[in-house]
Amino acid sequence: MIDRRDLDLNRRRDLEIISELVSPGDRVLDLGCGDGAFLLRLHKERKARVLGIEIDQESVIRCIANGVPVIQGDMDDGLDFADEDSFDLVVLNHTLQEIRRPDILLENIVRAGKRAAVSVINFGHWNCRLQLCWKGRMPRNAQIPYQWYDTPNIHFSTLSDFRELCRKLGIAIVSQTPIASRFPLLTKLAPNLFAVGAVFVLEKRAVPSKD
Amino acid sequence: MEPRDYRLSEPLELDCGRELSDVNIRYETAGTLNADASNAVLITHALSGDAHVCGRHAPEDPKPGWWDNMIGPGKYIDTEKYFVICSNVIGGCSGTTGPRSVDPATGKPYNLNFPVITVRDMVRAQKRLVDHLGVKKLLAVVGGSMGGMQVLQWAVSYPESLKSFIAIATACQFSPQNIAFDWVAREAIKADPDWNNGDYNGDRTPDRGLAAARMLAHITYLSEESLGRKFGRNLQDKQDYDYDFDRDFAVESYLQHQGKRFVERFDADSYFYITRATDYFDLTAETGGNLVTAVKDVTAAGMIVSFSSDWLFPTAQSKRLADALLRNRREVTFCEIKSGYGHDAFLLEVETLGRMVRDFLRHQAEVEK
Repeated sequence: MIDRRDLDLNRRRDLEIISELVSPGDRVLDLGCGDGAFLLRLHKERKARVLGIEIDQESVIRCIANGVPVIQGDMDDGLDFADEDSFDLVVLNHTLQEIRRPDILLENIVRAGKRAAVSVINFGHWNCRLQLCWKGRMPRNAQIPYQWYDTPNIHFSTLSDFRELCRKLGIAIVSQTPIASRFPLLTKLAPNLFAVGAVFVLEKRAVPSKD
Repeated sequence: MEPRDYRLSEPLELDCGRELSDVNIRYETAGTLNADASNAVLITHALSGDAHVCGRHAPEDPKPGWWDNMIGPGKYIDTEKYFVICSNVIGGCSGTTGPRSVDPATGKPYNLNFPVITVRDMVRAQKRLVDHLGVKKLLAVVGGSMGGMQVLQWAVSYPESLKSFIAIATACQFSPQNIAFDWVAREAIKADPDWNNGDYNGDRTPDRGLAAARMLAHITYLSEESLGRKFGRNLQDKQDYDYDFDRDFAVESYLQHQGKRFVERFDADSYFYITRATDYFDLTAETGGNLVTAVKDVTAAGMIVSFSSDWLFPTAQSKRLADALLRNRREVTFCEIKSGYGHDAFLLEVETLGRMVRDFLRHQAEVEK
């Protein structure tokens, strides 16, 4: 099982990887920014100019308390406010699985941002496979604590699925960092089986690949 | 708070091409302007508001200023920290020069000879006042509804003169639906024989017309939900229908009361001028409807707030404004507060709105710009 401690570590690692992508003065957009704590950190530590998108009213109010500019909105409604390349980095942290059309959002974020950092949960993790295969039950763990009927997560993917979607959309994967739970070596060898998730850095391709 | 008057020494040029001389601005202030004049917050009032924004003129006053639950010592807009300014708009009837003021050229009230004014004219007058008070850069301009239109006009017309703005329950242009309601309201006043083309005096004032206009407008400030919750189909002081056309329902009684209270404090000609100013309000008038271009000069950081049940200034209009500012890469915050109160929510959702306003202002006061 992926326990809570691993999950927190995992999120911290994601955020570390993402913040290293930010240079002073960069415009950073965080989709699903929660209370804005991560953006506040990017603003303070990396001197970034930040904007968050958040759907929940209480979280928006906490962003305001944190001094983080925030737009209340639904990512499924598109990113009409962002012209092409208007952000240096667009962050999508552990949110893709909640989106109605992940493919459209991915196209939008690589359009709006010069680069995008997307951290995804790996549904192909051995523990998920075991639960489905062995018990015949939908996987649940610290990252996916919900029951199948009340989960906000409507689009799960494995790391391989995600890479395949990027290829199909003509999105370039600049880098991918699998996040290990407890088997770092195995994770390196077979990330789709051992990584709990990964951070992908994406860019749009100059010419979309045709296949 | 104490009402004060500032008489403009120079005439005020207006959008309609005319100018107003001898303009008086009625205003009130609360708190103290700090040494570098960096803590001034201008509050812009809505259609029926006035300069008396908080506190009481005398301890025995029955009611405090119109935004007293938001503004005052230790409150969300803390007058121990900020220097709060609020002035009555030109065209108004609460001390600032308006249609019922005396025209210096004739020695008689202007009535309908008063020039038609715009929201930009209101803001021009406020700018003179702010200059007079020694404030070069306002920390913030804050207002809701028609006050929000003035806020936006400030941000567009005088970008260098404000650090931030908070526009609540408003829009970048008055919608055709809003214009339609204003038209019917003014028609109601016109239909009152006591209106006499705007030339009336103390014994015969168009109270019935003005009350009808207010009742109509008041409905637009509420929501189906808030009317249902507050009154339902309840009857007023009776068990059964009277089978006539007098007041039966609680909601009718409420509107009657609102209309009656309104005519005690408001003037019919002012209602004409101020509603016309809102009709004409359109930030995109000079950019061929292009909002992104219309707000390109804005430099202040903005917070835009709408309310979910406000059908007079729906969320989509606020969102459009936020999007236009974002496309100019401005610092913007936007929030739709969940509320059942309709447009009136901007005065009723004090706690939620108050936290947002307090925290936004605190942050704006801290940042260097």
